Amino acid sequence: MEPFVTHTGRAVPLRRTNVDTDQIIPAVYLKRVSRDGFGEGLFAAWREDPAFVLNQPRYEGATILVAGRDFGTGSSREHAVWALLDYGFRAVIAPRFGDIFRTNSTKAGLLPVVLPEKVVALIQDAAEAEPPAQLTVDLDARTVYVTGGGLAQDIAEPFQIDDYTRWRLMEGLDDIGLTLRHEDLISAFETTRPSFLPTTI
Amino acid sequence: MSSAPRTLAEKIWDAHVVRHAEGEPDLLFIDLHIVHEVTSPQAFDGLRAAGRKVRRPDLTIATEDHNVPTTGVTGPDTPLEGPGSPITDPVSRTQIAAMRANAAEFGLRLHPMGDAGQGIVHVIGPQLGLTQPGMTIVCGDSHTSTHGAFGAVAFGIGTSEVEHVLATQSLPQIKPKTMAINVEGALPDGVTAKDLILAIIGQIGTGGGQGYIVEYRGEAVRALSMEGRMTVCNMSIEAGARAGLVAPDETTFEYLKGRPNAPQGADWDAAVEYWKSLRTDDDAVFDNEVTIDATTLSPYVTWGTNPGQALPLASVVPAPTETKDPSGTERSLTYMGLTAGTRLKDIAVDTVFVGSCTNGRIEDLRAAAAVIDGRKVADGVRMLVVPGSMQVRAQAEAEGLNAVFTAAGAEWRSAGCSMCLGMNPDTLKPGERSASTSNRNFEGRQGKGGRTHLVSPAVAAATAVTGRLTAPADL
Repeated sequence: MEPFVTHTGRAVPLRRTNVDTDQIIPAVYLKRVSRDGFGEGLFAAWREDPAFVLNQPRYEGATILVAGRDFGTGSSREHAVWALLDYGFRAVIAPRFGDIFRTNSTKAGLLPVVLPEKVVALIQDAAEAEPPAQLTVDLDARTVYVTGGGLAQDIAEPFQIDDYTRWRLMEGLDDIGLTLRHEDLISAFETTRPSFLPTTI
Repeated sequence: MSSAPRTLAEKIWDAHVVRHAEGEPDLLFIDLHIVHEVTSPQAFDGLRAAGRKVRRPDLTIATEDHNVPTTGVTGPDTPLEGPGSPITDPVSRTQIAAMRANAAEFGLRLHPMGDAGQGIVHVIGPQLGLTQPGMTIVCGDSHTSTHGAFGAVAFGIGTSEVEHVLATQSLPQIKPKTMAINVEGALPDGVTAKDLILAIIGQIGTGGGQGYIVEYRGEAVRALSMEGRMTVCNMSIEAGARAGLVAPDETTFEYLKGRPNAPQGADWDAAVEYWKSLRTDDDAVFDNEVTIDATTLSPYVTWGTNPGQALPLASVVPAPTETKDPSGTERSLTYMGLTAGTRLKDIAVDTVFVGSCTNGRIEDLRAAAAVIDGRKVADGVRMLVVPGSMQVRAQAEAEGLNAVFTAAGAEWRSAGCSMCLGMNPDTLKPGERSASTSNRNFEGRQGKGGRTHLVSPAVAAATAVTGRLTAPADL
């Protein structure tokens, strides 16, 4: 995956709560057997509404999605992450994420950033202002910086992410390769498993 | 290994740690990996690109469930393409063909469309006895939490993690916190496992379980059958919890005994002895505890577009200002075409769906059949009954349930995920409304523009009879 160290761009405010992965990418788009091209299915049903935020020309080229509470709930489909990446997003900011979506994001190089609800609302306001705010999501410093967008003062809001996931994202490392460095431990564990455990073949 | 009191989830977790290092996720060994056609093709591509094999084909099982049609499946010789193939969508066919090619290339056991062992991933694991207490189980499907009913740590994963498990039979995971949901007292007559889990999600919300493994405890949980426990654990993810579990007991052992992949002979005795140790220590502390009074519950139904938007069937559609998320409620009501104050019992449906990994097991079909026996599906209502597996279908036919359903005017189908998510031809049309025994009432979940009310199998059957959301007691 592409490393993520720091990213600067404009934001799209998605003022909706409980955005489940069925909305991010509806099931009919899950039949592809490749990883690419999912951007066309991103928010497919909502994009049919000309007023939907992604259809507004002013947000063209924005790369950071700023959404409401409980973003990415529901289905485990990693296609939701692939769709956001393929469309051009590099980070999603929300007050809370669905667990599987958040894990999938960190495996594919999309940065999920949890910020307090009030700060998310401020950033959404600033993204809607004219001219809009500039955001920098700095994974190295674990901080989101927001300037412009009519803010009374610039925002520098820290966020939490565990050291290991941060390191892996910053290096763009493949998890499987990391695990296989400990293959001897897996083999040793396998010899200790009870004989009553089931096998499929 | 610590000697401090531990919860059940912690015991299972600790027993599977291959590697623990400060500041890193634990590397967990995975006892069983279930694979299906939708979330696996890119994972197999990844293996091929890196020149990797499946490390433990003997701990892996695959089936075809999400895409398969539920009509026209004629048995083991059902063709994938050409004349007689039930699959009309070429993209679905490609995905199923990829599953078959990948299973053959990597040496995996596959139960394909038409096979007597085919069914929904979360129905076939338990029915084979592959799902056992104390195991770690994963699948590229969020409803893997179902298997927690047996006292296993079971959770859904994405495709990158599917590839990781295929390659290494392990997964790096940050240890979740633990939550106890204590369901005190007994469920009143006519109140089912589905009503219980909808009530729980209605209380704690779609994010209430986020970051936790939930253990369901208490008198009402102990009294549930394995099917009921699976229904409850299945929807843990709808409360945001990646996993939910129930400590194993005699009900669990009784269910497992004699199943094809359950231990036999001396292995059975050794297994049961271990399984009996799988309970939360009396003085263990959960990170969070929630208590539900089972005696106050009644049949539940969802009115909105997420499973937390659930209320007793006897109530009315809420006003946005009465809810914690007024703008979200407003959006939900607009999508659902509902007005605040409408009695839930007055909501008319076009379609009734009985099936899915939540409620597609034999006991669910029996519950629906008991209600509809001798009655008729209302004019203008379409009722689909889709068994969770071909084995459930065969058992239901042996019990004559199919005849009950077809005599009532319902459609008796073959096994698959079907209208739960509409990846096969079983979908709602825009504006159509369903009562569904599945797990998600998300916008468009059952077909673009479709509107879903989640219900139990008994409420689904009663609703089919009247054409409006109805509890069996009101027939």
